[in-house]
Amino acid sequence: MRRRIISLLMENEPGALSRVVGLFSQRGYNIESLTVAPTEDSTLSRLTLTTIGDDHKIEQITKHLNRLVDVVKLVDLTEGAHIERELMLIKVRASGAQRAEIKRCVDIFRGQIVDVTASVYTIQVTGASDKLDAFFQAVGEASIIEVVRTGVSGIGRGEKVLSL
Amino acid sequence: MEKLSGGDMLIRALADEGVETVFGYPGGAALHIYDAIFRQDRVKHILVRHEQAATHAADGYARSTGKTGVVLVTSGPGATNAITGIATAYMDSIPMVVISGQVVSDKIGEDAFQETDMVGISRPIVKHSFLVKDQRDIPSIVKKAFYIASTGRPGPVVIDIPKDVTNPVDKFDYEYPSKIKIRSYTPAAKGHAGQIKKAVQLLMSARRPVIYAGGGVVQGNASSQLTELAQILDFPVTNTLMGLGAYPGTDRQFLGMLGMHGTVEANTAMHHADVILAVGARFDDRVTNTPSKFCPAAKIIHIDIDPASISKTISADVPIVGSVESVLDDMLGLVKGGDERPDAGAIKDWWKQIDQWRDRYSIIRKPNFVAEDMIKPQEVVKVLFEVTNGDAYVCSDVGQHQMFSAQYYLFDKPRRWINSGGLGTMGFGLPAAMGVQMAHRDAQVVCVTGEGSIQMCIQELSTCTQYHLPVKIICINNQALGMVKQWQDMQYGGRHSESLYEESLPDFIKLMEAYGHVGMKVTKRDELKAKLEECFAMKDKTVFMDIYVDPKEHVYPMQVPPPNGSMRDMWLSKTERT
Repeated sequence: MRRRIISLLMENEPGALSRVVGLFSQRGYNIESLTVAPTEDSTLSRLTLTTIGDDHKIEQITKHLNRLVDVVKLVDLTEGAHIERELMLIKVRASGAQRAEIKRCVDIFRGQIVDVTASVYTIQVTGASDKLDAFFQAVGEASIIEVVRTGVSGIGRGEKVLSL
Repeated sequence: MEKLSGGDMLIRALADEGVETVFGYPGGAALHIYDAIFRQDRVKHILVRHEQAATHAADGYARSTGKTGVVLVTSGPGATNAITGIATAYMDSIPMVVISGQVVSDKIGEDAFQETDMVGISRPIVKHSFLVKDQRDIPSIVKKAFYIASTGRPGPVVIDIPKDVTNPVDKFDYEYPSKIKIRSYTPAAKGHAGQIKKAVQLLMSARRPVIYAGGGVVQGNASSQLTELAQILDFPVTNTLMGLGAYPGTDRQFLGMLGMHGTVEANTAMHHADVILAVGARFDDRVTNTPSKFCPAAKIIHIDIDPASISKTISADVPIVGSVESVLDDMLGLVKGGDERPDAGAIKDWWKQIDQWRDRYSIIRKPNFVAEDMIKPQEVVKVLFEVTNGDAYVCSDVGQHQMFSAQYYLFDKPRRWINSGGLGTMGFGLPAAMGVQMAHRDAQVVCVTGEGSIQMCIQELSTCTQYHLPVKIICINNQALGMVKQWQDMQYGGRHSESLYEESLPDFIKLMEAYGHVGMKVTKRDELKAKLEECFAMKDKTVFMDIYVDPKEHVYPMQVPPPNGSMRDMWLSKTERT
């Protein structure tokens, strides 16, 4: 069982997203995270999702995704060298001595404090999912008030591209 | 350029696509479309009595002709009633276009009268779907829908049209596209040459080969190629439930159907095979039995147009993605062009072994019922085969009668056996037979059914009256939901939970007469053949044969179910096993 990042180009049309998501629920596959937005070509959307499964299951998932009429092209980014990013906005309790401590932690993770009140920091952290997980640990669960994660986005390294 | 309203465009586009017959049922959201139908004569509409029947009739039409079946229904209940038939077509990969009316665009999402999210509700059971938003898109959407439905692995496509889009007032330029390209849809055509070469080499090395052919061979019009290849190589052939007729059923090399109710010789040959050539078949769970015990010695070549079907349940050693017709053509080219042939001695020994199994177990050579006391259901199918010279279109419902038909009616031609194999839809038989009869007005069209299945779409007897469809309905009446009862006998200690009707069955003969048809009751063996002949002699009548059969009869052979059963582990009767 491995975590995979599948990235695809699909027609930017109503119903396309529901067909992709529906495929996962109707065939009993799992979606861990999902991001989707139009590309520079407004007729196309780029969708990236993470899922967990053995090789057989992943092969089935990619074949069934390819079979959807709206899906134009697809790549399993985890099959090669790739860059993976996720953005997280996290609101933490920060007062007294905690403030300096959290600030140091944000610096170590190369995050940014994007909003401040007397008792709360809102922090933005970007990176691979495991880096965001590590930031959780470092800050300490007790001080976390709210977390928003975008889900994973990814792109192949080097010359490899996913385009028409 | 000619200007047309949305409704007129839709019907004109169907006509330009070559559609002759549409099966449907009108309603509020579809009224503009129905008015457009009234004002033209190129497309004929068949009014069914329930939308489910429209889909099954279009399905039967498609299966028997290879053309795309077309359905027209209204929104809401019209659309939801069509769902079972769409799912049936989806499971068996049948080309179908379903047009559903929808409430007016600005009412969508407001829970309007007869509103349902048809695109959403049908999504898991269609190949693709369209919601039409602009009249000007109608010609290209119709073209795309037929292209998608009929190419690659075929399947149903839904076009949902809001009522305002078909209004008769607004008119736009109409031109039907002669070609269409969809950048995200490129169905596989030719198979990979290297893989095909590898497959042929593997076939040549085979000592115990079996060809396992499915519905893809029928759908892909590749029966003649399959037959030629099998006969050049002298390989035994088995067909799936969906593939019956893909290889001639009365030929020496045909082992019968395989799978849960397949023949012992087919299943045993598969189990012992060293090379299996799977063509247009999908290793369904009713074929493989326990996957981990499936054909332990076999190298598998799998030809399929749908990459997702390959290695889904059983992994293939030589996968070939492509249309079965083109791949088999290429294989034939290599086989005929080369001198290499499989080891003749080994193949001869293999046939000797198969013939031993046949002598011992074949239900074709020695039927597995005793013709005494009440008429046996298997007998009905055997006599039906004789009376129709094995050349009828046989549309089946679902249950024991379906399995008996598959076992005992030997189909020599493709597209003659019309049944709901994947979804197993009771009620399929009669409307499917209507669709077949519409396409083949002079052919013998039979609906083999049971007194359970027939009551699921019995309202269509009225459609048969309206359009003079002389379908012959052979009701194998065992006074119970036979297949349910069989499982209850075998696995639930004979507790017949809700599988009996007590005394509630209608007098089918009177019912037929009420519709203007002919009903005949048969209870005695010695009158079975004569009555069937009498039935088929009434060429222009819809006839219902209510044939009382032994209610205790089970379908055998039957595989021992998972997790214990392999292909060859089968019940031969209530007391014997392989």
